[in-house]
Amino acid sequence: MVKEENESPNRPDNTAFTQQRLPAWQPMLSAGIVIPGFVLIGLAFIGIGVALLITSRNIQVLELDYTGTEQNSPCFQCSDPDQQDCVCTLQFSINSLFEGPVFFYYGLSNYFQNYRRYGVSRDDGQLYGDLSYFKEPYDQCEPYRFDRNKRPIVPCGSVANCIAVYTFRLFQIVNGQQKEVPLDGKGIAWWTDYNIKFRNPTVTPLRNAFNSTAKPLFWPRPAYELDPSDPANNGFINQDFLVWMRRAALPDFRKLYRRITEGDYANGLPAGNYSLEIAYNYPVLSFSGRKMVVFSNVSWMGGKNEFLGIAYLVIGTLCVVMSVVMLIVYAKFKFPEED
Amino acid sequence: MTTRNAGTHGSVGPNDEVMPYSDDETDDELDVSTDEEEEPVPGAPPPPVEIRPSEVGWKVKANDRAYHHLPEFDKKVFLCFKKSRYSGNVIKTYKYNVFTFLPLNLYEQFKRVANIYFLALLILQCIPAITTLPWYTTLIPLVVVLGVTAVKDLVDDLARHRMDKEINNRKCEVLLDGRFQESKWRHIEVGDVIRLKKNDFIPADMLWTCCCYRAQTQTACAMWKQRSLMGEYYCIFLLKKQKQMLLCVLLILVAAGLAIGHSFWYEEVGSNAWYLYDGREDSTSYRGFLSFWGYLIVLNTMVPISLYVSVEVIRLGQSKFINWDLQMYYAEKDTPAKARTTTLNEQLGQIEYIFSDKTGTLTQNIMQFKKCTIAGHSYGDPTTAEGVRLDRGKPVDWSWNRDADKKFQFMDNSLVACLRSKKDKEAMDFFRLLSLCHTVMVESKEGELVYQAASPDEGALVTAARNFGFVFLSRTQDTITIREMEQEKTYEMLALLDFNSDRKRMSIILKFPDGRIRLYCKGADTVIYQRLSPNSKHRESTQSALDKFANETLRTLCLCYKDISSSEYEAWSRKHMDAQVTMVNREAALDQVYEMIEKNLMLIGATAIEDKLQEGVPETIAKLAKADIKIWVLTGDKKETAENIGFSCSLLTEDMHLHYGEDVNEKLSLRQAKRRREPPTESRGKKKPAEPFFPEPGKNALIITGGWLNEILYEKKKKRRRLRLRRLGKRPPPTNPQDGQPMNEWEKEMRQIDFVDMACECESVICCRVTPKQKANVVSLVKKYKKAVTLSIGDGANDVNMIKTADIGVGISGQEGMQAVMSSDFAFAQFRYLQRLLLVHGRWSYIRMCKFLRFFFFKNFAFTLVHFWYSFFSGYSAQVAYEDWFITLYNLFYSSLPVLLVGLLDQDVNDRLSLKFPKLYLPGQQGLLFNYKNFFISLFHGIFVSLIIFFIPYGAFLQTMGQDGEAPSDYQSFAVVTASSLIFTVNLQISLDTSYWTFVNCFAVLGSIAIYFGIMFDLHSAGIHVIFPRHFTFTGAAANALRQPYLWLTIILTVGISLLPVICIQFLHKIIFPSIGDKIQRNRKRYELEMQQEARKRAPAFQRGLRSRRSGYAFSHSRGFAELIASGRSIRRRPLSRIGHHSSIREVSERAENI
Repeated sequence: MVKEENESPNRPDNTAFTQQRLPAWQPMLSAGIVIPGFVLIGLAFIGIGVALLITSRNIQVLELDYTGTEQNSPCFQCSDPDQQDCVCTLQFSINSLFEGPVFFYYGLSNYFQNYRRYGVSRDDGQLYGDLSYFKEPYDQCEPYRFDRNKRPIVPCGSVANCIAVYTFRLFQIVNGQQKEVPLDGKGIAWWTDYNIKFRNPTVTPLRNAFNSTAKPLFWPRPAYELDPSDPANNGFINQDFLVWMRRAALPDFRKLYRRITEGDYANGLPAGNYSLEIAYNYPVLSFSGRKMVVFSNVSWMGGKNEFLGIAYLVIGTLCVVMSVVMLIVYAKFKFPEED
Repeated sequence: MTTRNAGTHGSVGPNDEVMPYSDDETDDELDVSTDEEEEPVPGAPPPPVEIRPSEVGWKVKANDRAYHHLPEFDKKVFLCFKKSRYSGNVIKTYKYNVFTFLPLNLYEQFKRVANIYFLALLILQCIPAITTLPWYTTLIPLVVVLGVTAVKDLVDDLARHRMDKEINNRKCEVLLDGRFQESKWRHIEVGDVIRLKKNDFIPADMLWTCCCYRAQTQTACAMWKQRSLMGEYYCIFLLKKQKQMLLCVLLILVAAGLAIGHSFWYEEVGSNAWYLYDGREDSTSYRGFLSFWGYLIVLNTMVPISLYVSVEVIRLGQSKFINWDLQMYYAEKDTPAKARTTTLNEQLGQIEYIFSDKTGTLTQNIMQFKKCTIAGHSYGDPTTAEGVRLDRGKPVDWSWNRDADKKFQFMDNSLVACLRSKKDKEAMDFFRLLSLCHTVMVESKEGELVYQAASPDEGALVTAARNFGFVFLSRTQDTITIREMEQEKTYEMLALLDFNSDRKRMSIILKFPDGRIRLYCKGADTVIYQRLSPNSKHRESTQSALDKFANETLRTLCLCYKDISSSEYEAWSRKHMDAQVTMVNREAALDQVYEMIEKNLMLIGATAIEDKLQEGVPETIAKLAKADIKIWVLTGDKKETAENIGFSCSLLTEDMHLHYGEDVNEKLSLRQAKRRREPPTESRGKKKPAEPFFPEPGKNALIITGGWLNEILYEKKKKRRRLRLRRLGKRPPPTNPQDGQPMNEWEKEMRQIDFVDMACECESVICCRVTPKQKANVVSLVKKYKKAVTLSIGDGANDVNMIKTADIGVGISGQEGMQAVMSSDFAFAQFRYLQRLLLVHGRWSYIRMCKFLRFFFFKNFAFTLVHFWYSFFSGYSAQVAYEDWFITLYNLFYSSLPVLLVGLLDQDVNDRLSLKFPKLYLPGQQGLLFNYKNFFISLFHGIFVSLIIFFIPYGAFLQTMGQDGEAPSDYQSFAVVTASSLIFTVNLQISLDTSYWTFVNCFAVLGSIAIYFGIMFDLHSAGIHVIFPRHFTFTGAAANALRQPYLWLTIILTVGISLLPVICIQFLHKIIFPSIGDKIQRNRKRYELEMQQEARKRAPAFQRGLRSRRSGYAFSHSRGFAELIASGRSIRRRPLSRIGHHSSIREVSERAENI
């Protein structure tokens, strides 16, 4: 029966693959799998949802808007674009201990950091400290590539140019006296940004690297003088700069400003009255943006956001409901034995 | 006979016995008088008039190479470079060489619209003002696609190079320096004289010098090439094309909408945002315009580049599976199935009409002498009236005959006994006739006689005579030598009256060794019975035997003789000579002369030849019929034969009502008359649903002959008729407008539509006595008016037309030549493989391709439309939602392999169940698996998933922060979360859609996800940023995002919401509206168990008609070798080298005009 190989050279190979007989598992969406599966998934989702919701509810958040569009706002005066070096003070009180570590954010809304052309207007080569890009910045940095004197701008581009440089001072009012809350500005940026992605040129002193370059047009000081208090926190690895350069995904965003982890406030902000001194210098009214500061503590899931918990609960419940519906339909349409 | 036909033609109605007109004749050709065909014998002096080659054409001198190098044959190619007008004999089917490969291949590839489209996109991406994605997002996939295609082309071309080399180096004998020398084919030049031997391939277009036919033979390669080119131009998945157009329109609309959105947004918000200042003073509408192009680039992934290459890979895979299928491999001939074009596989799953040839396709085309009736006694079926097999009905032992062909079997010993006793003169005459009256050639190979017959029927008859002791030994131009019962005798051949399709008989006039002159004649019963002498005996008994044979679907032939006195012969011979030298209408004159002598014949008996059905034909036809595939048999055979074959292969069943030509014509004429009465505006307007032609319940079948077909379809060749009448010296009858001719083209078309509608109402249709051209016409009619996918299957040269006309051509690689296979798309050895090709491979291919396309579109909608949702939150700025590298690699690595494997390997049910339940084929015919509905379902599924993938992370990212309080809601983390959700969703979705989980699928799904994470972590690593700081800017994003449990919970929720509703809907759909496939799948295990237990199929009972059906000898369409024999050129030394199939000779002769 079996012919010898040389007798039939055209005979196809008899393998499972060529004959399309590969061993295979042919699963079916049977009721036995789908209905219990939905119940289990539903219950699991409800469980996750409850956990997320409880966690989120326990997070304390204090959000203070200081845009100053309203007459009664302490920053109303400062919101006038003609005002220079305006400082306004925001008073607020905390009723119970704001558990630490407390994170201090600044927030902007209606600010499109995710605008494409804005987002690409940066030179990661420069920011990596490569001096060759100091002379010839990325052409996408336009119109913040060269200044009027044809000097290259470092760091170039819109993102860097439009940095929101804030100065906040937080005071607790104890017995009518202002007691400054120490703010920790170290390690507020991503570790990878600070250590890998951004780098200062290996030139000492740092300012020499910036010879024959121009500072970004909107900056009051050049990059190597961003933090006069800490020489190590200058250039491209300045923490505030790093935080700003990490673009937000959505037009309403918060960025970490400082942590409150030190001294008397290591356990959080005690109940009491506080005042926040704001150097108001970033105009947002022209594009109807809002400015705010946010105090928050975090949990394992991060900041306060009830969306995910509620979504899990809804989907979990729907799963359970649908499993009941499917069970009813299945019982009703018990398939007749067909040929 | 011819005269009579011509006279009656048209007035009475078509004669069922007559082939309507010959194959390749067209009206144009008919204008050329056939008398010009005369060909100067090579070597003969050229005609005295010197004709300039540039004006008239080609001038060739045999065996004179120098002549063709004369300057007058040069033609100017470029400036002063000249080239001989005569090309060499080197075959060149390859497309590229080392230097031209890159430019030519790229040129070829960029001829495709798709590649041009992506090139244009690439160029757009290089314009700084509008580039929204870096150039590499398009370039890398494009390069990969072009590269894969180029490699495939290269492999193909290498194979062609190899084949060309082999062919060009074949040896043949060329007459050089006065003797035949071996030469390679490529060295053959124009004018060379070549000697060919039997079974040699024909190396070039040649003149047949040993007969007066001019032969131009196309080599197989050329034909193959032609076909494969045609295949390229079938863009065949028409629906898919339309959908792609739809997609492009959608793309443009979405981009335009977003561009308008951008204009408004910029007017309202963007222009006031000082931080967005970009140094340009463009107007908002111009910004919108730029944004449009930007979005076109961003959204182009809806129609991804890799689609085309993936489709090609899948098609190639399906073709390979067909080639590899052992169950379509014919071990006896060592012939595997062969998919010759790779573009048509999925159409195999949508066939609605099959057009099949009969001889060699349904039947084996191996003719066996089964029975005979001699002088009223029937032999070969030795059963008693009660059907009990008699003792003598055992296979005959041929050992007494040393010349016997051992393969020949005969079931009746009484006939042998009767012959060996030498008492029965009529039986002796019967076999003497068979051994003498034919045009078979003989040669002796290693002491064995080998016969070369023009038709298998003749071969069977001569072989039968040989076994019964009448061995045909040799022939010369005018003698035939046979060994008659151990006694060698030589007969002088006085005349050979060859077969043609009008005569349907052939005769030979012999002078016996004792001086008697006798005419032997064999022919179709109808023809012979008209010419029998009134004294002829055994008429009735032979007739009843013929009826019996015909009912058993045997091919019958009547044998008779006539003694001629020498004076009678002399008189006739003179007339014959005169006719032979007639210049005008020689054939008609010869026919008339033949007619004079072929009368008053004495009947000897009749033969019955079996053309056995191929194995499994009735089962296959029954199965295909169950799959709602309509099968039409188109054959050159006689009506009766075809009808009986129809019954025996269960194409026709007893409960069917058969309709014949007259019937059909009447119905159609009625319909037409009715239409004529109706006001034309109404009938021309919106078509009412046509009322059925067969209102009575029950099955119907149509049996129609070629003649009637022409009559019905108004295809009659008026010109030919006129011509023939003129030739016969008659005037054409005055044209009568009432004789059924159409009033205009529209009516002709309506008639054709009516006919097709009517035929499609029937369960089966048999067209017999049709020419190859008519076969093709019938196919194109159905294709045109039914818009159905058609398949033609055939084995011979006469099927080539229909194979090429149908959407899919299938060639049976079997008995007849290679022409059918060469022009086919699929080829295999046995008809029964058709059910596997369609019901298994076709169905699978269709399901796989549909599943692949549906999923492919879905995954790209889900992928691309996330950008659309993101636009609303990013100022319509064409900001993409994912990393650029993810966009580049998504279709290449992250999502394509699992769906590609589904496209290659998926099986909803296995092959056995596919064959057991032919109803599973129906969804393909109705195009249920990929139509606009499915397309929009895919679209909405994609939209839904993209919505989830954007808005769940959106909700989760809104005003939150990370675990460690760091910048939590940054763009890069968002991109990682959406991308990860997408990868999980599409890979799990294809897992749900995979119904056949092999380890490869498992590997692919897990592998895709693993590759995604692997590549992502690499691209986000420190190392690559250090090397390319500008291009890899996502440093640390993946690591930062994916260590947050919150983001994992986001991904899980996203994936869950994307998949769960789909599972739920699918589950409910399968319960509430289960398809046939679902039901069978559900009970798969039970059915498989049943099938295992089921005993092997019993042989089906041979179905025979109860009514009497007359069968007749179905001669082939063309004449035999008589002319060759009579000319004697080939016989003197040794039998002529293999002439190839006889039909190629005539084909060739008609092409000769082109030389």
